[in-house]
Amino acid sequence: MGLLSKKDAALITDPLADNNPITIQVLGICSALAITAQLKASIVMAISVLFVMGVGNVVISAIRNIIPSKIRIIVQLTVVAALVIIVDQVLKAFAYELSKELSVFVGLIITNCIIMGRFEAFALGNGLWRSFLDGIGNALGYGVILIIVGFFRELLGSGTLLGIPVLGDPIAKTGLYSIGYENNGFMLLSPMALIVVGIIIWVQRTRNKALIED
Amino acid sequence: MGLKQNLHNFKVKNKDKKWIPAFNALFTFLYMPNETTHGGTHVKAADDLKRTMNTVIIALVPCLIFGMFNAGYQHYLALGDIESAKGFLGASFWTWDNLVIGIIKVLPLVIVSYGVGLGVEFLFAIIKGHEVEEGYLVTGMLVPLIVPIDIPLWMLAVAVIFGVVIGKEVFGGTGMNILNPALTIRAFLFFAYPTWMSGDKVWVHGAVERAGTPDAISGETLLGAYAQNNTLAGIDYWDMFWGLIPGSVGETSKFLIIIGGLFLIFTKIGSWRIILSTVIGALVMGLIFNGVVDAGWISETSKFYGLMSVPFWQHLIIGSILFGAVYMATDPVTASQTNKGKWIYGFLIGFISIMIRVFNPAYPEGVFLAILLMNVFAPTIDHYVVQGNVKRRMKRLKAKVA
Repeated sequence: MGLLSKKDAALITDPLADNNPITIQVLGICSALAITAQLKASIVMAISVLFVMGVGNVVISAIRNIIPSKIRIIVQLTVVAALVIIVDQVLKAFAYELSKELSVFVGLIITNCIIMGRFEAFALGNGLWRSFLDGIGNALGYGVILIIVGFFRELLGSGTLLGIPVLGDPIAKTGLYSIGYENNGFMLLSPMALIVVGIIIWVQRTRNKALIED
Repeated sequence: MGLKQNLHNFKVKNKDKKWIPAFNALFTFLYMPNETTHGGTHVKAADDLKRTMNTVIIALVPCLIFGMFNAGYQHYLALGDIESAKGFLGASFWTWDNLVIGIIKVLPLVIVSYGVGLGVEFLFAIIKGHEVEEGYLVTGMLVPLIVPIDIPLWMLAVAVIFGVVIGKEVFGGTGMNILNPALTIRAFLFFAYPTWMSGDKVWVHGAVERAGTPDAISGETLLGAYAQNNTLAGIDYWDMFWGLIPGSVGETSKFLIIIGGLFLIFTKIGSWRIILSTVIGALVMGLIFNGVVDAGWISETSKFYGLMSVPFWQHLIIGSILFGAVYMATDPVTASQTNKGKWIYGFLIGFISIMIRVFNPAYPEGVFLAILLMNVFAPTIDHYVVQGNVKRRMKRLKAKVA
């Protein structure tokens, strides 16, 4: 890659697979359980977190030398909170239905441990460009898992994708439903999201044995 | 050279092949292997895993056969084709017609349960390169007994795959599982396809497809009726005890479950502590609820009144608390291991079962949830029992030294 040095590129690619914030660091699980029943909500959540983390990491990195370390958590919270409010207002203005669906979970991006974790672990000690890449990389790693989980939960739980029926109509009994298929209601409950994440973790560690912790 | 020797030679010749665990499983099912143990002395006992499993299956067979007859009996009774049997040996119960319905509906459940479940076991044995474990033998027998008669077979297959993989194999296979696999399968079905696992249609063969037509028949269980503050007409306590009532395939006959339970206790496979304490727990909770009703703390219009006012001993003969106590709670892998722990574990299963039954009319059959919950707590109970023991002995030691 010409644009990025090898070291910089790793900041984006690592969190996508071998250092994934959800499946390896097991952070940000709560939102992965709460909003993945619909694929659309998962995508919006992934984009929101992408914005908050990308910008947030840059802001923290820019002011890292003037933050007194005693009150750095408060400063970090202020930055996240400001960004989350922007996201929330934008969603309310342009995608009201969706923002109602996501309800409190947009606000709860503030408490997403991945964000605070990256601020603490990376942005406070690195330059603007590298912090930006790190934020984007981690948000993408988070988003990928969210979208995979959302895909399976919506497909198997409601028989739709992005709200479009793909398996037929369950009430008129067309498509797959005409041969007796039924939606799996368990997929819409949060425990199943945890199990799907668990299966991803399992598959990932089976493919790469080095990831197995003792 | 006999067939056994031929098979043995075949096994030795192919011992490096990937599929050999699958072959070994079938081979040891048929014959005692030729190998003997090497090295020092080993504990020798006849009750190995296969023997244990087979004993439980023998205890389950009467329930299965009864379930087959009951499937047909409930179907024809609901249609009005036959008279009520009036007693365990009633003329209209043990008939060929009833058995035919049972064979058509129940046998496929057994075949799917075993076929899919053992398929998954074989697959994992081949991937992991270990021998096929016998753990599924009992689970495969339990599963058809705890589902409604009309459950679609593909749902059962999906649930069995889920239960065996997520409930057992991910933890390391037989003996390592935290949750009872048969109940994991039932829980999956219950939450995934609630319309096929609860309500007033699924418990009698034919009730679902006739719903909404002039031929509609009721397929309600007693528990479901009680939860709605109703009672079912024409059923007396002896019917409940003998099992001539709608319900999951094999859990209705309390009489046969008690015989199976005694058999398990007698052969020392099932823990009498767990069975007894589960029954005590259920009775205690029932008594508490009866006390609440007698004290006049809830009114007859309360949605809990129907089940709360059931006399405490009746909780044992409606629903599947006895089946759960005898065949599910006693699973040696998921139950508590210590004797004191078994009392606590069983008592809480009975106690919580009745509590869920009364307080959540949407889940009148809370037994499987209670057992799964206590499965999770069993290691904790054991931990504290062992710690308590350690502490007591330390104290004794100190007193001796001083």
